[in-house]
Formats: sequence, C-alpha cells, structure tokens
Amino acid sequence: MSTAIEATGLTKSYRAVPVLRGIDLRIPPGTVFALLGPNGAGKTTTVRILATLTEPDAGTAAVAGYDIRAERSRVRRAISLTGQFAAVDEGQTGAENLRMMARLAGLGRAAARARAGELLARFGLSEAAGRLVRTYSGGMRRRVDLAAGLVGEPEVIFLDEPTTGLDPRSRRELWDIVSDLAARGTTVFLTTQYLEEADRLADRVAVLHDGVIAAQGTAAELKSRVPGDRLDLTLTTSDAYLRAAARAPHATHHDPATRTLGLPTDGTARHVRALLDELDPGGTEVARFALRTATLDDVFLSLTAPGPAVAHERTTTEEAPTHV
Amino acid sequence: MSEPFPASGALPNALIMTGRSLRLSRRNVDALLTGLALPALLLLIFVYFFGGAINTGTDTRYVTYVVPGVLLLCAGFGSAGTAVAVTEDLKGGIVDRFRSLDIGGTAILAGHVLASVARNLLATALVLALAFAIGFRPAATPAAWLAAIAVLVAFILALSWLSAAVGLLAKSPEAANGYTFFVTFLPYPSSAFVPTDTMPAWLATFSDHQPVTPVIESLRGLLLDQPVGSTPWVALAWCGGILVGAVGLAGVLFRRRVG
Repeated sequence: MSTAIEATGLTKSYRAVPVLRGIDLRIPPGTVFALLGPNGAGKTTTVRILATLTEPDAGTAAVAGYDIRAERSRVRRAISLTGQFAAVDEGQTGAENLRMMARLAGLGRAAARARAGELLARFGLSEAAGRLVRTYSGGMRRRVDLAAGLVGEPEVIFLDEPTTGLDPRSRRELWDIVSDLAARGTTVFLTTQYLEEADRLADRVAVLHDGVIAAQGTAAELKSRVPGDRLDLTLTTSDAYLRAAARAPHATHHDPATRTLGLPTDGTARHVRALLDELDPGGTEVARFALRTATLDDVFLSLTAPGPAVAHERTTTEEAPTHV
Repeated sequence: MSEPFPASGALPNALIMTGRSLRLSRRNVDALLTGLALPALLLLIFVYFFGGAINTGTDTRYVTYVVPGVLLLCAGFGSAGTAVAVTEDLKGGIVDRFRSLDIGGTAILAGHVLASVARNLLATALVLALAFAIGFRPAATPAAWLAAIAVLVAFILALSWLSAAVGLLAKSPEAANGYTFFVTFLPYPSSAFVPTDTMPAWLATFSDHQPVTPVIESLRGLLLDQPVGSTPWVALAWCGGILVGAVGLAGVLFRRRVG
C-alpha cells in the first residue's frame, strides 16, 4: 500500500450549497496529516466521507487501500474515528466503555478485557478505569474516547478537532499520544483550527478554504510562501509615526492607532540596525521594536482572507509544493 | 491483507448493545425510579381513587379487573424510555463510532429495545407483586399465565420498537419524551379501565377496534380464566404488524438520520 489515503475530486453539497468543491489528497502510510481550516470550511465533511459515514456526490477515495464506496465494511474495519462529540457513554465506566468497544470489534470476552486494560494503562487511565465517564475531566474524556477508537488496532486514525476545548496541559498530553501513534506506524489524519497543533504534529498540512485545498505541503513549505520576517517599530508619538512612515515607503504594515510600522527584513542584526537608522536618524523616536517570524497563522490568514486576496491565493495553488 | 478480527455477527452485537443499554438504565437512577414507582402509583390510584366509583358490570373486584390495564399503561410508559435513549445516542458521537466499527443501526436499536423489554418486565413483576398484596386474585392456569406473558412481551416489544422509531424522528431527548404521549395515551380509550359499552358510541367503536383492546381482553381473559376465543391471536397479529412496521420505519429513519 503506497498511500494510506488517496482522494480525487471529492465533492459534496448540502441542499444545493457546495461544501466541498473538489478535494484531492494523497497521504503516505505512517505519517501525520493535518487538515486546517476555519469553522465551516468542510473539514468534518471531508473526514466523514473518508470514514464512510457520508457519501460524496462525486469523486473517488481509497482508505487503507479499500474503496470508500465499494468496500465500505473493509474501510470501517481498518480505521477509527474520534469526532468532536465524545463517542463514549457517560453512564459507563472507562473500562466498561473500552470492553464494549473491544467486544464490538470482534474480540472475545477475555481478550476484550485484556485489550481494555492495556489501553487504559497506556492512556494513564488505569486508576479511573472503574469510575463512570460522567465524572472524568475533559482531558480524560478525550483520552478514553481516543482509546475507544484504538481497540481494533486501526491502520488509519481520523481525529476531528481532537484538542478543541481542552486545557493546555491536556492538549499537550494528546499531542504526545498522537506522536506516539505515528511512531508506531499508524497513519493519522487530523483536522484542527490550531496552527500550532498542525505545526507541531503534522508531517504535511493542507489548508481547506471554500471547499478546495488552498495550499498543501510541509509546515515549513507553507511558511515560506508568506513574506518572511517582519520588523515592527512602535514610535513614541503620532508625529514621529508620520515622519517614520514618510521615510519608509516599503513598510508593509501600518497601524496608526498603536503607532506601529512593519517592515520586511531578513532578520539579521545588520539589517535591523540599518532599518532603525533609516527611520529614526536621531535615535530617539522608536520606543519599542519586535521581530516577528512568519507563522502558520500568517499562512492561514492570507489564504483564508475573504475578498479578492482569495482569488489571488487560489491562482498560486497550482504552484503549491508537489505531493510527497 | 488479512482481517484484523473476525467479523462479528448481528446477533452477538445486538446482545452486546443490550448489555450496554441495561448498564446505562441501571445508572440512570432518576429514570429507573420513575419507571418503577410510577406503575406502582398508577395501580394504587386506579384501585383506591377511581375503583370505588367504577362499576365494571361484573362481579369481579375492581383490582382484579384493572391490573391488566395498569400493566399495559406501564408498558406504554416504560417503552417510551426507548425513544429518549435513542435520541440521546444520536445527540453524541457514539452512533458514528458504532458505525465505524461496522455495527448496523438494527443492532444499536435492538439493544435499546431488548433493554426496554427487560426494564418493563421488572416493572411488571413489581406491579403484580403489589397487586397481589392489595387483593388481586387471578384464576389463571400456568399455561394461561405463560400465554398472558407472551402477549404482554409482544406488546412491549412492538411499542418499544415504535418508540425507537419515534426517537429517530425527535430532534432532542425532551421532544422524544413528548412525542411518546400517544403510546402512553392509547390504553385509555380501550377496555383497560372501564368497559367500552359505558363510552359514547363513536368512542366505543374506536376503542373496540384499536390494538390495545384485544391485548387487554387477552390478558384479562387469560388471567381470570375466562374464555378468550381468538382474541390472543388478534392481539398477537396487531403486535406483529406494529413490530414489522416499526422495524421497517426505524430502518428507513436511521439511514436518513445518520447517512
């Protein structure tokens, strides 16, 4: 199997409103793939189609080597899906939930018990195993939910916004779990609104916007597509701000309210010093400066900005880095 | 590529799902207490509040006349819980999880329905025990008891599947609870509490031809050792018809709701 997930031209509309307008994906096995997009971009729809829970209107896709339409049962047995809504019973204990899922995955009673115990230990839930999930914290719920998805040892795992609503510590725990899964050779497909998450976890990132993949590549490749570092200078007074702005026609960022100008830079000390001298020859008018490195946030914002910028970014999609 | 696990059958899956629903019922203390206390209260209300004023036109004591009716009323209330349980499932992500384990809608719903039957039988046993304590004296042979229980189970099964279908229609558990009123209401316009010939003609006609009446007449006839003729078969036919219709409807609704 050369690709864990392969999709071509997936489209889906709900009541004549197009949600997906032609999605192409190729995800190699054993990698972590992040689908990034704002709310309502179609991330969940994409996941549901690949997980065989929703039929696409057009296009084809294979997951773990099986066709999502013709071999739906085999796809389902090869994957697991952890969605935005907890898929465990609050009225059962953690152990009961996992045993039930293991039994449904086809394990015998004893094997199901062993598998549940093993997963509870791996996810740090052994002590809470006998408590009702109702009493769990948000992070524990998400972990037991994820564990429940792993009883059948899936080859491909779909995580739909796995850290939404989690506190920072729980989020980090979940990141460790995802990294661990990938290290064991599982393919992970996750959706997220958090750039940091994609940056931290994913081998490859795709930005979904307006029903199409607006860009995809490694996090570094995507970051290289927006202008690099930027020097932000905050001036002491409004007059100083106006004088500096007049001296800097190449500034890319103007914010009179905070008296801040942003200028492209390569980030070297020599260039920063030159810029400071150029805009503030007397050396008294710049109050503060900050050097900003391009983040995935910049990529995300520039790709998903409404209006004409989108059309521009769309045309650059063709030059997006080629698939791995 | 080899299958990681052998495919589980629909029946084992339905049993696993039944175990799940029973565990959930056991933990839902409020619903469980209501489910057991309400039938007992209804029995006491009918016997002591209304019983003195109702003349059934027979020489049977009212408690003996009314117990089959209370059992049906309880079956209605008890089955309604199925609708709420189904809607609760749809609210969260667990149905998607089950489906991604390749568990069909029938197994999921069957689990709720079978758990409902078990809950109802527990409530039935409780009502019968209380009824005996306050003077219920049936004259049934063991065979008649078995036949009566069979009719009651068929009725509960049919109503529970119907409730499952209602649960698939409802948008929220609260709405599901509200929609089941028609199931719980049906025993009233029947011979459950008063003989139908005491009703206005149009209502009596409805009461004589609705599914609850043959069920109630079967139960009462069997328990009081009166001739029942073909009534139990009519009752079973009604239950079978409702069951088949509800299973089919639930299947369609499930696919439409989650597909």
